[in-house]
Amino acid sequence: MGLESMLPEGFLTTTVDALISWSRKSSVWPMPLGISCCAIEMMAAGGPKYDIARFGSEVMRFTPRQCDLLIVAGTVTYKMSKVVRKIYDQMPDPKWVIAMGACTSSGGMYRTYSVVQGIDQFLPVDLYVAGCPPRPDNLLNALITIQNKIGKTKGHEFKNEIKPETAIINN
Amino acid sequence: MVFRVLYRFPKNKKKNMEKLTKEDVHPKIVQALLGEDTNITIEDALENEMILNMGPQHPATHGVLRVLLRLDGETIMAAVPELGYLHRGYEKLAENMEFQEFIPHTDRLDYLSPLSNNVAYAMAVEKLVGVEVPDRAQYIRMIICELSRLTSHLIAIGAFAMDVGAMTIFLWAMREREKILDILDLVCGARFTTSFTRIGGVAADMTGEAIAMTTKYIDEFEGNFAEFEKLLNTNKIFVDRLDGIGVISAEDAIEIGLTGPNLRASGVDYDIRKAKPYLKYSEIDFNVPVYKEGDCLSRYFVRADEVRESVKIIRQVIAKMKPGAILANQPKQVMPHKTEIFTKMEELIHDFMLVNFGMKTPAGEVYHAIENPKGELGFYIVSSGEGKPWRVKIHSPSFVNLQALGHLVQGHMISDVVAIIGSLDPVMGEADK
Amino acid sequence: MNDVMEEKILQKLKEKFPDEEFISETFRDELTITVNAGRIVDICRLLKNDAELLFKQCVDVTAVDWARKKKRFSVVYNLYSLEFNFRLRVKAFIENDEGSIDSVTSVWKSANWYEREAYDMLGVIFKNHPDLRRMYMPEEFEYHPLRKDFPLLGIPGSLPLPQK
Repeated sequence: MGLESMLPEGFLTTTVDALISWSRKSSVWPMPLGISCCAIEMMAAGGPKYDIARFGSEVMRFTPRQCDLLIVAGTVTYKMSKVVRKIYDQMPDPKWVIAMGACTSSGGMYRTYSVVQGIDQFLPVDLYVAGCPPRPDNLLNALITIQNKIGKTKGHEFKNEIKPETAIINN
Repeated sequence: MVFRVLYRFPKNKKKNMEKLTKEDVHPKIVQALLGEDTNITIEDALENEMILNMGPQHPATHGVLRVLLRLDGETIMAAVPELGYLHRGYEKLAENMEFQEFIPHTDRLDYLSPLSNNVAYAMAVEKLVGVEVPDRAQYIRMIICELSRLTSHLIAIGAFAMDVGAMTIFLWAMREREKILDILDLVCGARFTTSFTRIGGVAADMTGEAIAMTTKYIDEFEGNFAEFEKLLNTNKIFVDRLDGIGVISAEDAIEIGLTGPNLRASGVDYDIRKAKPYLKYSEIDFNVPVYKEGDCLSRYFVRADEVRESVKIIRQVIAKMKPGAILANQPKQVMPHKTEIFTKMEELIHDFMLVNFGMKTPAGEVYHAIENPKGELGFYIVSSGEGKPWRVKIHSPSFVNLQALGHLVQGHMISDVVAIIGSLDPVMGEADK
Repeated sequence: MNDVMEEKILQKLKEKFPDEEFISETFRDELTITVNAGRIVDICRLLKNDAELLFKQCVDVTAVDWARKKKRFSVVYNLYSLEFNFRLRVKAFIENDEGSIDSVTSVWKSANWYEREAYDMLGVIFKNHPDLRRMYMPEEFEYHPLRKDFPLLGIPGSLPLPQK
């Protein structure tokens, strides 16, 4: 599906674009990188009460090769940062990243020698979700925001070096 | 009447997998496989052992645990767990904060049952300082400890069943857990990581509405939990996959330091609530389930039985509770309530002194442990007389349970590793501190 | 019950090791015995195997950094006896210059990981330990985090981070 990035703007491509963006945003498959407490709220978001499957994220595949959205949930330490970067690199384009919780956004309540103060030091992040841990409704709100952003992105913008604008979601 | 069925199917003997030798493979295949520029000789090709990395990110390792396995075919010769991927520096943090500031951090230790970690730390500090907690606060602490035992065991059973292949149980367990989190939302203000306990009592009272909600929940819970057992206990796949796997004897379990349900599944009758009762457990009537076989299935049965006992305890405590104070009346050590700080003078002064200089503590050391759902959670606090502790050591049950992993998986297959880790029920937040 | 156990422990220790000194104190109903670090393995073996003591569960092994005092590190053993329901704490100050003490893994197997953690966090070396390597920090890390002279925020550049 990389062909549309090579076609110029025009009537046919905008219709194709709209179709592709709609289909991409309606079935975002997340890759849950559950590291600590935020992972439990992510599991609760996948549970029966706050059902994430009704928003299109029917499966949470644990292999990076089949996912488009990386949700980093939990404190990232220096020892774990290499692993997170490796998983991000293994995901195929197009991909987005949600930094869930206070620990991934800025180090959270751990200002110590072994915690990375914010994963945007080594990953390009699309969305920060505040909370410790954020409630599952907050995570669903974040997912809908990402879906809106995907819906607006045009085909020729899907290149590797894009730095999308970041948005902050509050409780 | 609820009919419980505990079943172990009759076993057929497990055959040893025969080792493949080079005569079993056609020589042309061996040649294509080895190629020209390799330092593997033909003699080694199929008789080598393999090292497999069950990496930190894995759907079934209950958090970020890395296990390095040495395999001979599919049988495991040795397993070495590697921790440290979630090391956040708790003990160093505790040396730089005052005693009451550290309470929200203890929530995130065993993040499946946050309320009982708070109680453990608060009780250790209260023992050091010498604070007498009022009765109603102790009963409320008992209710929330048992509720967090329910949440932890529900997720333990749910994730364990999901690892072995039964996905329905996980979703049912999440459904039950959500109802408990609704109760906690009403009482504490947050669903999860609540920091509800204070040194000297609890932060807020349980209203009549909260107690009515709890009573309604535990009345329905037993019927719902019986459905879980109907699905699992007589399921041949579940039982066969766990029967006889990961066996550890009572002697070995004490030697290697296992605690909690894992120890009770090997036949050792040790529960801190009965051995050294804390809070008001000496007044409550409950049993401690002990099984003798020491394999994964017994560990599951112990947790399922403990869930029922918790329900009994909550019922008795609700019947015993009487209205009263919820914070101890020791102004030099116990932080006053927020509403009083804004209106009364002495409370304002005490709050200022406690926040800026910490509470007055005697110089000495203390160790206090409670029965967390995962095992024995203990805090060893050394104080030098200031408002901040000199050293805090957290004895976390998941750390000691993981030490037994290398011992338990020897001789089993790869797919048993997942079942064994699930039955030990580690949480990396507290194993890595 | 507690006094009876206390006296039994001290009496047996004095019988078997008559030329060692034991300082015992009780704080908040807990007994702490300070011993010399030289004979720690024999003392622990006696505590575990004696038929009237039976301290079979080694609950915890840690070390405490006393900063500027003369004897900087002390190693603390928390023990528990299942049969007699008694908790005991044994403390030993490290006296030699290289900061090492004998390992008690030959007495209790659970001390293996506890001692590795004490080595990683505080730099206390345990002689005759079967597998002394770091527990939490990566092997290339050069410092010991829980020492009082290591800052809370860490030393910049001591741990690697991947490129963006």
